[in-house]
Amino acid sequence: MSVPVLAARDIHKSYGRGPTRFEALKGVSIDIHSGETIAIVGKSGSGKSTLMHLLALLDKPSKGEVELSGRDAAALSGSALNKTRNETFGFVFQQFFLTPGTSVLDNVTLPLRIAGVRGAERRRRGMAALEQLELADKAKNKATDLSGGQKQRVVIARALVNNPSVIFADEPTGNLDSATGAVVEDILFNLNRTHGITVIIVTHDEELAARCDRRVYIRDGLVVESLAAPTGVAPGASTSTSIASSSAGTTTSTSEASA
Amino acid sequence: MNAFDLIGSAVSNSIRSKTRTLLTVLAIFIGAFTLTLTSGVGTGINRYIDDTVSSIGASDIITVTKTAEETTTEGPAEYNPDSNLVDGQFQGPATTSVEAITPADIDDLAEVSGVLSVEPTIGVATDYVQLGDGGQYQASVGSIIPGMTLQMVSGAQPVYNADDYEIALPESYITPLGFSGNSDAVGQTITIGLTDATGTSSTIDATVVGVTEPGLVGGSSLSANDALTQALYSAQSVGLADSTRDSYSSATVRFDDTISDEALTDLRDDLTAAGYDSTTVEDQIGSFKSVIDAIVLVLNGFAVIALIAAGFGIVNTLLMSVQERTREIGLMKAMGMGGGRVFSLFSLEAVFIGFLGSAIGVGAGMLAGFGVNTALAGSLLADLPGLTLVAFDPLAVGTIVITVMAIAFLAGTIPALRAAKADPIESLRYE
Repeated sequence: MSVPVLAARDIHKSYGRGPTRFEALKGVSIDIHSGETIAIVGKSGSGKSTLMHLLALLDKPSKGEVELSGRDAAALSGSALNKTRNETFGFVFQQFFLTPGTSVLDNVTLPLRIAGVRGAERRRRGMAALEQLELADKAKNKATDLSGGQKQRVVIARALVNNPSVIFADEPTGNLDSATGAVVEDILFNLNRTHGITVIIVTHDEELAARCDRRVYIRDGLVVESLAAPTGVAPGASTSTSIASSSAGTTTSTSEASA
Repeated sequence: MNAFDLIGSAVSNSIRSKTRTLLTVLAIFIGAFTLTLTSGVGTGINRYIDDTVSSIGASDIITVTKTAEETTTEGPAEYNPDSNLVDGQFQGPATTSVEAITPADIDDLAEVSGVLSVEPTIGVATDYVQLGDGGQYQASVGSIIPGMTLQMVSGAQPVYNADDYEIALPESYITPLGFSGNSDAVGQTITIGLTDATGTSSTIDATVVGVTEPGLVGGSSLSANDALTQALYSAQSVGLADSTRDSYSSATVRFDDTISDEALTDLRDDLTAAGYDSTTVEDQIGSFKSVIDAIVLVLNGFAVIALIAAGFGIVNTLLMSVQERTREIGLMKAMGMGGGRVFSLFSLEAVFIGFLGSAIGVGAGMLAGFGVNTALAGSLLADLPGLTLVAFDPLAVGTIVITVMAIAFLAGTIPALRAAKADPIESLRYE
């Protein structure tokens, strides 16, 4: 079996100390393979967001280790961590986090600007990402003037612009109506299919989770269940084409909008 | 993020919240504007003094007087038959009891190491000056010394070692004496009248070679060259005993003005040890300049207080900005922007605001300064030609801009540190 692109080895995470100490994760192990789509499912406060933050190397576990392509991430220096997050990961958030008052293109090229890519190259790659999401004509618009679905597409373009190998999507459809939510979902699964990008989705939406290769259920800081996709495709197999295409038209039911 | 992008982002971020940036820039503008004007006044007045200094004396001379002994003890000094107090020839800053400098003293002074030459300072008291048969006007005659530069409005200044009797007239004498104009006076001969020790009046004719501009110091006396001064002195000393005639209130010591300050101090210490008081031109002007400097310092102090207040404005503005952009900062950090870069981004924003405020403030200050100069030149300062009240030294102006940017940077560190320390997870939390 291939080395997982990301792996959690019995990770614990607690906040605070003494009587106010709160344990968000109580020993979670998970392997995520390259080219996989995985849903981390759970209710509010289940620890699913904490798990995503640890996997995305935004935080360090209190105990246990996170492995990046088989290597302990704790050994990485601060700048190497920053570089990894910048070049390997893409982030899609429920709340978009677009910088108000700046253009769509500037928002999309933010990761490139952080990476120090020069102006012309940055523009070229930003436009390429926008074209991929059919937003090229909006490049000069203010990010705040777009509709919800367009905003989320801009966010995906921003996550894609650095050609990441892993995209983290935290409730990507939570702020969208079901129709635009479905479009965004299609885009994410399509990226996985055509570019082989590993997609990690954190959600409490069962229907979105059901479209993934694998669902990991988290409750009270523990993995309670891990299910492969209904069609029985093994985790780690990157041949998820059939699932994605077969389920593409089925997501018509209402997605729950989160608070 | 490379440096160019950092600066670009900082600039566009500051422009994003226009009203807030504008108000902060305005606060800095007021400070920088005031500082520019006050330091401009300091530069203007000091520059005027420097110009005037060269008409008071050369920079390579020391005026030496002989210290009267026991002047510090209380009560009357004991009579010393050898002590020959100077009578009627006071000159310069001499005040209480100055002992006369005799030819023997001149020889002594010449022995002191570092002294190039010693000349007795002779003072002449003239009665009047007259053109032809015209009116007689009271006049005092000063002698020029080598290295002195007079502020001429017409003609040239008298040549120190010329054989002819040369004199420069202050501009205020031109019309009363009957000249039609400044240039008319140049080349004419005027008569100087004086009374000798026996009470006999005599006259000496001298050629006017130039017309001087009234300055801050000594602007109302005529300036004679050495030959004329000696002639006047001889005429005035008729009937004096030789010992009185050869005693002077002070002497002028010339030194090499390229020597270091330490060497000059040593030289003056040697003079003091030999029993002489020494005064350089710097000493004479120094006290005047230090008064001006003190006033300017106080004014600058007020401007700096304004700038410090503006600094708190920057802290406030940027703290609000950091607060407002919590999400953006969190996002940038999540996407791999290091804390150092985030710090630079906000610091640069502060520096940019500082630069905007100071550049506009300095520019407006300079414009206002030129306006004030133009307005005052014809009215309040008409009696002080040559005085530019507000003058600008590129170095001083540059220093103001740099200082304000430094203050802005310091003010920016608090919000920038807060931004740099922000936890991306905390910043991006929305549940």
